[in-house]
Amino acid sequence: MTRDEAFLQFLLRMGDNTLILGHRVSEWCGHAPVLEEDIALANTALDLIGQTQMWLGLAGEVQGEGKSADDLAFLRDVWDFRNVLLVEVPNGDFGRTLMRQFLFDAWHSIMLGRLLKSSDERVAAIAEKASKEVAYHLERSGDTVVGLGDGTEESHKRMQEALDYLWPYVGEMFASDEVDAEMVAAGIAPDPTGLREEYDALVGKVLGEATLTIPDSRFAHKGGRDGRMHTEHLGHLLTEMQWLQRAYPGATW
Amino acid sequence: MYAQMIKTARTGVKPREEMSEQERAFQDKIDAGIKIEPRDWMPDDYRATLIRQIGQHAHSEVVGQLPEGNWITRAPTLERKAILLAKVQDEAGHGLYLYSAAETLGESRDELIRLLHEGRMKYSSIFNYPTLNWADIGAVGWLVDGAAIINQVALQRTSYGPYSRAMIRICKEESFHARQGYHAIMKMAFGTPEQKKMAQDAVNRLWFPALMMFGPSDKDSVHSEQSMAWKIKVKTNDELRQQFVDQTVPQIEYLGLDLPDPNIKWNEERGHYDFSDPDWSEFFDVIKGNGPCNVDRMNARRKAWDDGQWVRDGLLAHARKKAAAKVAAE
Amino acid sequence: MKNEWPLWEIFIRGQHGMSHRHVGSLHAPDAEMAIKNARDVYTRRNEGVSIWVVEARHISATAPGDKGPLFEPSESKVYRHPTFFDIPEEVGAM
Repeated sequence: MTRDEAFLQFLLRMGDNTLILGHRVSEWCGHAPVLEEDIALANTALDLIGQTQMWLGLAGEVQGEGKSADDLAFLRDVWDFRNVLLVEVPNGDFGRTLMRQFLFDAWHSIMLGRLLKSSDERVAAIAEKASKEVAYHLERSGDTVVGLGDGTEESHKRMQEALDYLWPYVGEMFASDEVDAEMVAAGIAPDPTGLREEYDALVGKVLGEATLTIPDSRFAHKGGRDGRMHTEHLGHLLTEMQWLQRAYPGATW
Repeated sequence: MYAQMIKTARTGVKPREEMSEQERAFQDKIDAGIKIEPRDWMPDDYRATLIRQIGQHAHSEVVGQLPEGNWITRAPTLERKAILLAKVQDEAGHGLYLYSAAETLGESRDELIRLLHEGRMKYSSIFNYPTLNWADIGAVGWLVDGAAIINQVALQRTSYGPYSRAMIRICKEESFHARQGYHAIMKMAFGTPEQKKMAQDAVNRLWFPALMMFGPSDKDSVHSEQSMAWKIKVKTNDELRQQFVDQTVPQIEYLGLDLPDPNIKWNEERGHYDFSDPDWSEFFDVIKGNGPCNVDRMNARRKAWDDGQWVRDGLLAHARKKAAAKVAAE
Repeated sequence: MKNEWPLWEIFIRGQHGMSHRHVGSLHAPDAEMAIKNARDVYTRRNEGVSIWVVEARHISATAPGDKGPLFEPSESKVYRHPTFFDIPEEVGAM
């Protein structure tokens, strides 16, 4: 694998994470529990869509085939996607959506913090903009997880269920492979495995405040970030997201 | 408009000689263009009419998220997705501002939502029509928001202070909505033959429902007079509708689309376009709950609210625990 | 509706150096969430650098009937306004 090939994979991982999660969060628009949350979720989704444009824009540049961020978002099939499985699982109830958001935000904020020092200044520049947005996402999702975990009996139960369901998807964010090794060697991005300790401390503190119990098992579903085996859900998501581009090829919108 | 068919408690304007001294002073203030503020004295009918009108307006914004929200996950580019999401989010914001204005009259937001969900309050008929192709998103922004803006610009001068201020903020934010809609439909009208077909289909389907947004003709609208006297309503339904037609016909022509009504013709003598009346029996059907989407829209809103109950309760319970712990510590 | 989230009044400083100004209200379970909600609801267009929130029930206000005694006396104190004083143009800016 050449450095540029690895770099492209890395950028697709970053951009597909924000693309797919942004899509999931946008599904809430008009359906949230209260207007204030509806508006806040839309802000999060908007930030993620904006980050997608930057990551996939750069991915297209590095790939050098003249593809735009839109081409990459709307014209690849499931096996080309490099997002972690965590972001493609269905929203579930509001509790699961916010728990997923928190588990992702915590990783995202630590990752972006490292990318500020990337040897590639384009990466550092995207991280600079995105890290401020994500710092707010984390604050908001963290507070909501605490509020609902330590709220009523019912909200506590639902949040524990959400955590139990999502926890097996956390480990994939910290897996390392040859793409990561190449990125570390180039000084572009950190080794994901090295982020785990900080993550566990952060997540442990918030979930503790939320009176929730982290499952014992460290079992981790894998297959998203290397594209080997996505969940069944991603195909449905792409069917919906890509429909117009697929049905009317070559049109501009 | 977003507040169609608002009934005042009485028909016709109360004659001055029947007014109490307080009512006369109130009417004088309105006539002098002085805004009424929440703690000022106001007639019960004025308060009740405003709660219904602002509440209906707020409901329209929130239900209005649904037809456009229908396309967020299918938007054809990342930029269109972001624009549409930001726009639908604005509608939620507008609903929020309007509920706040209604709350200054002593009616809580939860109560207004309950009345909507029980079918005791209404929202604009337009949102009971479906969005069937991507050009509908352009057409909704351009025609529906365009129609709404005409009414809302007029309402910035409404007599009730909090309503007027909400309208000013909303108009400021709305200005991008109609433009983004027209921009989106322009791309399609000038695009591939399939895209042009979608654009024409959208205009044909949404034209008459957009005209209905202004409410029945003045001659059939028995409830307008008192609202006009109170400056809750500032222009008549027919005036606003004509203004909309005059402004929109040249925009359709610019797109190179066929006009959705064969009777649209410039009338030199009147200095306005002539046009066909919408089918008012269809309008009254929709208002009664028999539009193509009434049931789905209400089910979606009720589901969001009911599914969210545990969230609202949970966060509130946590806030109370925190406050109690703080008091205990002091 | 005892379980309705309380109503908060939102004040935003639009730019550095300006006062906070009332921009509207919203609902939130507590002050922290009210600030976050205000950020999401009222600064979507880059409108603020600082936010205050006050629970609506904690605001005390003048009664409309007191308007005369409270505010009319100041109407006669025209000498508090700079335009009251005619200063010859030759004196220059003042």
